[in-house]
Amino acid sequence: MTAKEAELVPEAIDLTVNGRPRQAHPRLYPRLLQALREELGLTGTKYGCGEGLCGACTVLIDGKAVRSCRTLTQSVTGKNIVTIEGLAENGNLHALQQAFIDEDAMQCGYCCPGMIMNAAALLRENPHPEKIEIIEKMDGNICRCNNYSRIIAAIRKVADQ
Amino acid sequence: MSGPEKDIGPRDISSSIVMINRRQFTKLLGAGILMTVGGTDTGQASKAQAVTPLSDRLHVGVNGIITVMTGKVDIGQGSRTELTLVAAEELKVDIGSIRLIMGDTALCPDDGSTGSSLTTPRTVPRVRAACAAARQVLVKLAAKHWGCDAGLLKVRNGTVIHTDDDQSISYGELARIGGVDDAMARAGEDNNAVTPVAEWTVMGRPVRRLTSEDIVTGAQVFPSDIRRPGMHYGKVLNPPAYGAKLKAIDLQPAEETEGVTVLRDGDFVGVTAPTSHLAELAVRQIAKTAEWDTVAQPSSDELFTYIREHVSNKHAKQGKVVQKKGTLQAALDRAAQVLRESYSLAHIQHAPMEPRAAVAQWSDGNVTVWTGTSSPFPVRSALSKELGIPTERIRVIVPDTGGHFCGKHTGEAAIQAAKLARAAGKPVHIRWTREEEFTWAYFRKAGIIDVRAGIDTSGRITAWDWTTWHSGNSAIAVPYEIPNIFVQSKTCSAPVREGSYRAVAAPANVFARESFMDDLAHAAKADPLEFRLRHISNDRLRAVVDAAAQRFSWNKARRNVTDTRGVGIACGTEKGSYVATCAQVEVDRECGEIRVVRVCEAFECGAIINPANLKIQVEGCIVMGMGGALWEEIRFDDGRILNAGFGHYRVPRFSDVPELDVILIDRPDVSSAGAGETPMITIAPAIANAVFAATGLRIRSMPIKGEYLKKSWTDKETLGPSQSGEMQ
Repeated sequence: MTAKEAELVPEAIDLTVNGRPRQAHPRLYPRLLQALREELGLTGTKYGCGEGLCGACTVLIDGKAVRSCRTLTQSVTGKNIVTIEGLAENGNLHALQQAFIDEDAMQCGYCCPGMIMNAAALLRENPHPEKIEIIEKMDGNICRCNNYSRIIAAIRKVADQ
Repeated sequence: MSGPEKDIGPRDISSSIVMINRRQFTKLLGAGILMTVGGTDTGQASKAQAVTPLSDRLHVGVNGIITVMTGKVDIGQGSRTELTLVAAEELKVDIGSIRLIMGDTALCPDDGSTGSSLTTPRTVPRVRAACAAARQVLVKLAAKHWGCDAGLLKVRNGTVIHTDDDQSISYGELARIGGVDDAMARAGEDNNAVTPVAEWTVMGRPVRRLTSEDIVTGAQVFPSDIRRPGMHYGKVLNPPAYGAKLKAIDLQPAEETEGVTVLRDGDFVGVTAPTSHLAELAVRQIAKTAEWDTVAQPSSDELFTYIREHVSNKHAKQGKVVQKKGTLQAALDRAAQVLRESYSLAHIQHAPMEPRAAVAQWSDGNVTVWTGTSSPFPVRSALSKELGIPTERIRVIVPDTGGHFCGKHTGEAAIQAAKLARAAGKPVHIRWTREEEFTWAYFRKAGIIDVRAGIDTSGRITAWDWTTWHSGNSAIAVPYEIPNIFVQSKTCSAPVREGSYRAVAAPANVFARESFMDDLAHAAKADPLEFRLRHISNDRLRAVVDAAAQRFSWNKARRNVTDTRGVGIACGTEKGSYVATCAQVEVDRECGEIRVVRVCEAFECGAIINPANLKIQVEGCIVMGMGGALWEEIRFDDGRILNAGFGHYRVPRFSDVPELDVILIDRPDVSSAGAGETPMITIAPAIANAVFAATGLRIRSMPIKGEYLKKSWTDKETLGPSQSGEMQ
């Protein structure tokens, strides 16, 4: 980025994060993942690869699953962001969060926030997906503990409800 | 002394106090009972198995909460839950009454690094023996309190009960009665006091991950999530290639940037800045000015030649002899058939989801480092060496970490963060990029295995001659009944930075052995299952083979083999546990595709402590093992990693997962062994054997690439490294 281009980046933007109005500073935190973790202190969203290839950093932007590591902070001006910290409502776990617990769908757990956010977007679009649809939508999320079959089971549990 | 129900939790302490020692910690915990076990046990050694005075293995709080401390860490394998439930079992409390502090060098005894599947066979018994002894001490204290015979007392749910008059006193109440520390100091671990398997009420039953709610809500604080007031972000200048030496660099552009600190310490150059982005920009600025001296480095294309040509001097003539029996040459001379093959495997990376990360904070010449490692005490020693300060001034804390797979035995990020934090005068956060993790962490060793064997006219193996080149010794011993055996292992100089891996060399040795067993079965015109059973005398190995084959319906599956669908079997033993795997694959030779559709694995590791976690470990091992079996391979050239990212380094994904059928065999009569590694050693040969069953093509190199199926095969129909090394 040239100095001139950098000047075009707004110093601050307004956005909504987990239902609350927040401000972020794209020049200091050019990627949404950086703004969420470093500026807003929401460390539930994880860095996994920085290339959009593993899904650990997935958040919802206006209800759609997006890789925050590849998303420019300036591009989310006025948008509604939901991170893993904002998924539970009124102190009640989201059905997916509960299903991940019930199905033992985690080992180290580092990939879980991204998995759950991606699955949440999937179920918003398609509340009752077939197994093959779940696999297709989740295939960009990596779990190195290789707990995939349990994650599928957790998502199916919610999808079948 | 604080109020009777007040007790300080480990979270409060780790977030508010930088330097603390165990004595201060005990004071902070308030009036309670301090028990000591172990103390200064270092490394994996079992030397502290001797009676040691009690030290801080656990503390009974006045609120009845029992704080248990261990130098082991949880890096995804479930040790936190396992150690918590064994402590609850022995203390006869509910799991919620145990608070486990792990991997904190200031508070925890050194239980050795978390690796080699040793938490279950080494640390679990010590925690059990300590907690069981603590229970007895508590009973004796209650007896003294009531002036009765301890034999009249029993313990239930954290309360000592007098069986005659129904009086009871809780652990918390006992903790509030003073004057007990002296009695405690005279007690030690007691292996005889542990609860027999038949009486287990907590152990042996499925328990879910205790941290699962924190994990699914994003509340779990991983090493890379640590934040400290005033914290800056660090970034290190990496060399452009392995072996490159920094010749010259101009630090001035970064030094003049506001908020940026630059440190050069020999070849180490790093920066800190208020945000990770600014740190990245600062490093890029100075990287442009850096001049490097490079030296020629080997390429992965010539890897197997390199290994044969770089055998260590001590193994030039003969390697380390691991197994020797009978008279090999005479047996080979007498054999009806002699087969000779070579197998190979590439370097692979652990690629844990959380790359290396650390936060360091200095205060009055002391430093606290939060980092993700299996080895808090060795990392503390490494920090001491690198920072030039004694270990007493260093506290390493390992928060539950985002994956390891034996890839985080070292403390690179911890050292970098500590150096930069000292230079910046601020807490500093370091988190490696994926590319850094793929480049500057270490790899599982590549290797070659040469093997030849003789079989007699009745189809029994009579001679077994084996040489492993470089990849290592795990599971190298042949577990079959063979009268004449010679097994050796040679080490070579490493072409890239290498280290441990999940199951270390076992996947390599078992891939070669179990593939070769299929070759031998084929030569003997025998069924691969029956041929193995013919040579197995160990009951535990036979039991897993029988269980897997039966569940898989082996005989029926073999009858249904076609040229696009094959089945394979493999078995093995390592680190005190036993495994057998049957796999079914579908192959498409035109497209060069191998798809694993069904895996049935039987695993036995003695008495099962937590069946829920054991099943998860086995499932994870199978699928992780598929990565090394089919796709994973580090490619390098001229000191650079050519596929340092998930775009070019193929790991298992959702769409790869086969139907999984896991059989856990419980042996309450056998001591529990670890289970985080061995379940992954048999999947690769089971797949290779299934591919052979379908196609008649024998792929002798891991990863077993589907594209190999497309090439034109010679009459010999084999693919593996050339066998230029001389056999014994």
